[in-house]
Amino acid sequence: MTLVLEQLLNGLQLGVTLFLLAAGLTLIFGIMGIINLAHGALYMVGAYAGALTAKATGSFLLAVPAGLAAAGLTGIIIEYIVIRRLYDRDHLDQVLATYGLILFLNELVTILFGRQPLFVGVPPALSGAVEIIPGVPYSVYRLTIIAVGLMLALGLFLLITRTRLGMLIRAGATHREMVRALGVDIRLLYTLVFGLGALLAGFAGVMAGPLLSVQVGMGEQILIMTFVVVVVGGVGSIRGAFFGALIVGIVDTLLRAFMPMLMRGLVTNTSEADALSAGLSSMGVYVLMALVLLVRPQGLFAARG
Amino acid sequence: MEPGSRSTILAIALALGVLFALPFAAGSLGNPAMTTLATRILIYAIAAASLNLVLGYGGLVSFGHAAFFGIGGYTVGILFHHHRFNEALFGLMLGTDQFLITLPAAILVSGLFAAAIGALALRTAGVQFIMITLAFAQMLFFLFVALKRYGGDDGLIIRRRNGLFDLNMRDDTTFYFVTLVFVVLFFALVWRIVNSRFGLVLGGIRQGERRMAAIGVSTYRYKLAAFVISGMGAGLAGALWANYARFVSPDMMHWTKSGELMVMVILGGAGTLLGPLFGSAALILLETVLAAYTERWQVFLGPILIVIILFFRGGLAGLVDLVKKRL
Repeated sequence: MTLVLEQLLNGLQLGVTLFLLAAGLTLIFGIMGIINLAHGALYMVGAYAGALTAKATGSFLLAVPAGLAAAGLTGIIIEYIVIRRLYDRDHLDQVLATYGLILFLNELVTILFGRQPLFVGVPPALSGAVEIIPGVPYSVYRLTIIAVGLMLALGLFLLITRTRLGMLIRAGATHREMVRALGVDIRLLYTLVFGLGALLAGFAGVMAGPLLSVQVGMGEQILIMTFVVVVVGGVGSIRGAFFGALIVGIVDTLLRAFMPMLMRGLVTNTSEADALSAGLSSMGVYVLMALVLLVRPQGLFAARG
Repeated sequence: MEPGSRSTILAIALALGVLFALPFAAGSLGNPAMTTLATRILIYAIAAASLNLVLGYGGLVSFGHAAFFGIGGYTVGILFHHHRFNEALFGLMLGTDQFLITLPAAILVSGLFAAAIGALALRTAGVQFIMITLAFAQMLFFLFVALKRYGGDDGLIIRRRNGLFDLNMRDDTTFYFVTLVFVVLFFALVWRIVNSRFGLVLGGIRQGERRMAAIGVSTYRYKLAAFVISGMGAGLAGALWANYARFVSPDMMHWTKSGELMVMVILGGAGTLLGPLFGSAALILLETVLAAYTERWQVFLGPILIVIILFFRGGLAGLVDLVKKRL
């Protein structure tokens, strides 16, 4: 029971991280009509900037703004140089140009910081564990990620439903031409949305730093999971991104945690059982996606229309 | 390219002439590595031409075509593995190392995978289709990483190339010509397909799916058929690659491989017959040249790619057309 609760929380933590990426990806697609493969690269940039700052200064409090700044700046540069020219192109051109961006950014990071993964310690203030219910200790750092992530989700929800900017974002997603005709600087809006997406991705990267090894390729790994989230939740919908991320995060974590036990019961050879369960649990979320597609091709929480 | 137009026939004749003469030229120049380089280009040309069928002619942006390339390769690898260790496969049959069996088997198996993946993925369109094909390819990638029995992460070594009649397949020039035969057959098949009624319907679906549906075409079936044919073609390329490299690994289906195939199609010119061949040659030559200067060649390839996408539409085939118009 303790283990189940712990793994559920781990799943929630992964889900929250996925949400930070999926929200940006789905907003950028919903509003700008851009499929941005380089979104995972922004996550990587955030993680590297955070890890390097934490290493240099020893302060995680400085790492967070550094990661945000690096990801935001990279995002704005990318938007200004490449993405801006892709608005009127078809998805194919967008995929290829942003694929080119990934190749470039990954190699650049390798050249600058080498192939060796970086490891960041959990900030001392957040290390250790608390008992969430008596007798069940859980990592404070992971709890912090969950709390901050949920707060960001709430903030994003309020931003989009309650503010003027949010109104423009919603309007831009459904009636782009009309918004432009009413005199809104749509370019600025686009840059803002892209920057917001980059900041969220960068933040996810900084926060993931102490939990994973920071290395080249981490961006694509999570990008593909994010795609699964967006497809499961419904393209263009923030609500879909939120629930999709939680579902995918929890399913993936639970499978990874409990598949080995299940497999050891079925297959006698332990090492083969472990390899098989690792593979099967990696496949789990894709199977989930296939099931969703069979039942509701537009996603579980698709935006209207 | 119009079927039978003079310039097309000229281009094809020229390409064939160059490809036929290449190993002899390589021999007399004392640079036998040229033959293996050309073999690589030809194999990828088949894979890119398969992708071009759905992507260029059908307008379906599949970002997971490396999966079928890998499935084709693994079919050859697994059959050889069972042949070598004399183990039964699924308790039914023994493996084999005969080209004439492994190749159709690879095409068949990748066709079955394409049918399953296509049936699901084609329920969506646009950006979801891109994400889903990518995700399915990634799923197969993880599956083969997990299959320790067939090497897992490390892949599977194929000791000897598959046998074909009494040919000496170990000889790179012989293998080049075997590959060339398949390239010619495959491109002829693609030509036939795109100029058939089926091909016209496919083009119609690309330009206006709702209109095609409105005039009574069941578009899903056409798209699925194209996807399966395309998957089979990629499987053929994968089987040839497994023989060429005498090695298969999950890297064959990594998402970057799918990206490379797309780059080849776009670089050469999507929706043109010979475009994939040009694209394959351009990308592999570019890689080879850049890799000779620096290990970190992708840092240059990325920007080159972006510039091409942003400023040269229509790829190399488009460039050729442009030059022809100017002349």
